[in-house]
Amino acid sequence: MGSLFRSEEMTLCQLFLQSEAAYACVSELGELGLVQFRDLNPDVNAFQRKFVNEVRRCDEMERKLRYLEKEIRKDGIPMLEIPGECPEAPQPREMIDLEATFEKLENELREVNQNAEALKRNYLELTELKHILRKTQVFFDEMADPSREEEQVTLLGEEGLMAGGQALKLGFVAGVILRERIPAFERMLWRACRGNVFLRQAEIDTPLEDPSSSDQVYKSVFIIFFQGDQLKTRVKKICEGFRATLYPCPEAPADRREMAMGVMTRIEDLNTVLGQTQDHRHRVLVAAAKNIKNWFVKVRKIKAIYHTLNLFNLDVTQKCLIAECWVPALDMETIQLALRRGTERSGSSVPPILNRMETLEDPPTYNRNNKFTIAFQNLIYAYGVATYREVNPAPYTIITFPFLFAVMFGDLGHGALMAAFGFWMCYKEKPLQAKKIDSEIWNIFFGGRYIILLMGLFSMYTGLIYNDIFSKSLNIFGSSWRNNYNISTLEENKLLQLNPDSWDYLQSPYPFGIDPVWQLAEANKIIFMNAYKMKISIIIGVFHMLFGVCMSLWNHLYFKRRISIYVEFVPQIIFLTVLFFYMVLLMFMKWTFYGATIDHFGSQEEDIVKSSGFCAPSILITFINMMLFKTDENPRTQCDPTMYPGQIGLQKFFVLVALVCVPVMLFGKPYFIMQERKKRALQGQQPLAENAENGTAGGAPVPASHHQEEDISEVFIHQAIHTIEYVLGSISHTASYLRLWALSLAHAQLAEVAWNMLLRKGLKSGGYEGGVFLYVVFAGWAAISVSILVLMEGLSAFLHTLRLHWVEFQSKFYAGEGYLFQPFSFEVILDSAGQGEE
Amino acid sequence: MGASFLPITVFTVLWGVVGIVCPFFAPKGPNRGIIQVVLMLTAATCWLFWLCAYMAQMNPLIGPRLSNDTLIWIARTWGQPYTV
Repeated sequence: MGSLFRSEEMTLCQLFLQSEAAYACVSELGELGLVQFRDLNPDVNAFQRKFVNEVRRCDEMERKLRYLEKEIRKDGIPMLEIPGECPEAPQPREMIDLEATFEKLENELREVNQNAEALKRNYLELTELKHILRKTQVFFDEMADPSREEEQVTLLGEEGLMAGGQALKLGFVAGVILRERIPAFERMLWRACRGNVFLRQAEIDTPLEDPSSSDQVYKSVFIIFFQGDQLKTRVKKICEGFRATLYPCPEAPADRREMAMGVMTRIEDLNTVLGQTQDHRHRVLVAAAKNIKNWFVKVRKIKAIYHTLNLFNLDVTQKCLIAECWVPALDMETIQLALRRGTERSGSSVPPILNRMETLEDPPTYNRNNKFTIAFQNLIYAYGVATYREVNPAPYTIITFPFLFAVMFGDLGHGALMAAFGFWMCYKEKPLQAKKIDSEIWNIFFGGRYIILLMGLFSMYTGLIYNDIFSKSLNIFGSSWRNNYNISTLEENKLLQLNPDSWDYLQSPYPFGIDPVWQLAEANKIIFMNAYKMKISIIIGVFHMLFGVCMSLWNHLYFKRRISIYVEFVPQIIFLTVLFFYMVLLMFMKWTFYGATIDHFGSQEEDIVKSSGFCAPSILITFINMMLFKTDENPRTQCDPTMYPGQIGLQKFFVLVALVCVPVMLFGKPYFIMQERKKRALQGQQPLAENAENGTAGGAPVPASHHQEEDISEVFIHQAIHTIEYVLGSISHTASYLRLWALSLAHAQLAEVAWNMLLRKGLKSGGYEGGVFLYVVFAGWAAISVSILVLMEGLSAFLHTLRLHWVEFQSKFYAGEGYLFQPFSFEVILDSAGQGEE
Repeated sequence: MGASFLPITVFTVLWGVVGIVCPFFAPKGPNRGIIQVVLMLTAATCWLFWLCAYMAQMNPLIGPRLSNDTLIWIARTWGQPYTV
């Protein structure tokens, strides 16, 4: 099967489907998910296509299902989802059954809901009335209180009662109002009636359910006493305005009691009816909940099939549908089989025909990824989809990405935390996937679980090499450095340097990673580490870029661009080698040739001095001088001016070679193209293809011929841009790899600060309180370690690594001008539909 | 001065086995190529990284500058050198 190194070979096929079999065949193809259909009626409006009716019916069904789902959610009934079981797309005739089922369910549910709402409204009214009767009873009881009555009488007097020449009769209305409206209501009443009404109110303790929105609301009972009809209308209007519900309330206590009894019995009855309605609704919903996911899948599949059928062309005879599709060449057999299955299922006698077509179009890019490689592939796709059959950087990224990340993030402790997190996500993959957590941040982490795991593991390795665990070091193999100073010297001097040319240094380096003594050397640790880390950044960078240029050779070979190999790849690799790889070699030479010699501390012997650190040249200065054809006057007369005999001559030669490479890159390709054209013009014919220029891959047809007409000046400009980009790029990109050093330094320093400022203080404190203090301090240190050092630093290192891959690595060979293969697949459609709905 | 035979052999052989021998035994199947690339690149990067750290210390130009407390602690715990 296909490997990940290049995208799959694709073929354009024409598919003839018999009308009756089309549905079943497309359904089979959807299950397979390996075919990308092309729209053959791009000019036809979406509403004028053949199967628009069916699509609409599916939409309608989906709407009904969503309504059902909403109701089920409201009742909190769990929707069954059988993992791994996915119903096949139903036959078209089943669609009617489904429609009928949904219609019935929806109607039933709507009816039940309507009834329930009416009942609830009724219930609410009765409850309110109940409360009114109960509360107003209190008011009336107070009024009937003999002592108060007396008071009132004396207050108003006989005269007052007979004032208008008629008996004073107080009228009243009683009702229920939302509690938050009470103050406004009261004010309004007072103002509108000029204080001539008397309002009493009492809160209803239990919240009542609003039937239309089914919210719980708090209400109050009120009773208003007033005199006269004018006031009565006014009060009633105000009540209406405030949406208060008024209820008739008899004046006589006996009537009231009777009414209360009646209300109570009616409430009882209503309760039973309401309970039964709810039961019924619940039963309907539970039955629906069992199938709803299944139904969703079915409907979405039908819709997808008809949507795809809409892309097809109808034959003149109307008996056959014609489709065009991109297919991976390796899967032709599988697709044929699926089509045969589809035909059998539909009972059609005419087999479908799958024809390969010749095309000039660029096929889509399709990489067969698994769950491990897809994360890395997505990193590449985020930059650009590979051109068809181009070298795919993803397989190399699997290792180089975590490695470059780890160079910046090198810390055994932080790496272990990250690896543990990654491992947990990979270990619990299935249950976590099944949970379908919706948080976007979580999904990013979960999608990159394998990247995180690998980044963590590599960080642990680089952390071991840096000998850095939470800014402390491990002394596994025994340090190579010892103390030689006697006690009096130690007492006199605060800082002392160990000498590598004495037995302070055991004369063989620490076997694995950086010597633990450097972590203790607070005075000059940074100097040593910077020299080391800067060098390895450049070394790694140059290797990475060389690797990238070699990838371009592979591309040229595959596309048979012979000219490009000679005038692009060869000068490119020579340019990079003679300048930057040479610099890398100088670094290794410096490490090898210069050093202290044992027992010659302070020796003036010529050989010793020349190979000592005193004479070790700066690589950077050497490199700059090389580029400028300059020989530095060595101020140190004892030293050799060069690292090895003949260095100046060789370096001059190298720079000249590099300079010669530039015009070759610049003019080589346009020159060959011109030659080719001249030859063709002489022969007076148009050859089939410019194989040398844009050769063809495999048996694929020649790409569109507009290349031939490309103006020669355009070729020149294109090549000039390319060359300038490469030449300047190789300098700036080399420098860009210094970010490996910078971030790694920053990370180590931050970790050290966190340790020294927090945990160290806690560890130093003694006694019982010290334990408590340490407990608190540790929490702070751990929080900072995880949030800043692992998360934030990890993110920044991740982004820098991403840049190093996208810009520094991929610019050497990756065009990324393709477009993605998007097969018609139920899995994808259902996934995206499921996400959209949540 | 210089390198000692043992660690260089051990680590070179270790990563050599991972990067050169193991790819031959990668499981057959569609992912064989990927597994081989992964193994080879892992070995190459890890070996290079180890090599750089080793070579950077092979001929030290400077020695660590330590405070006297640390030196006393070093003398106590790591012991004295052979010659003293």
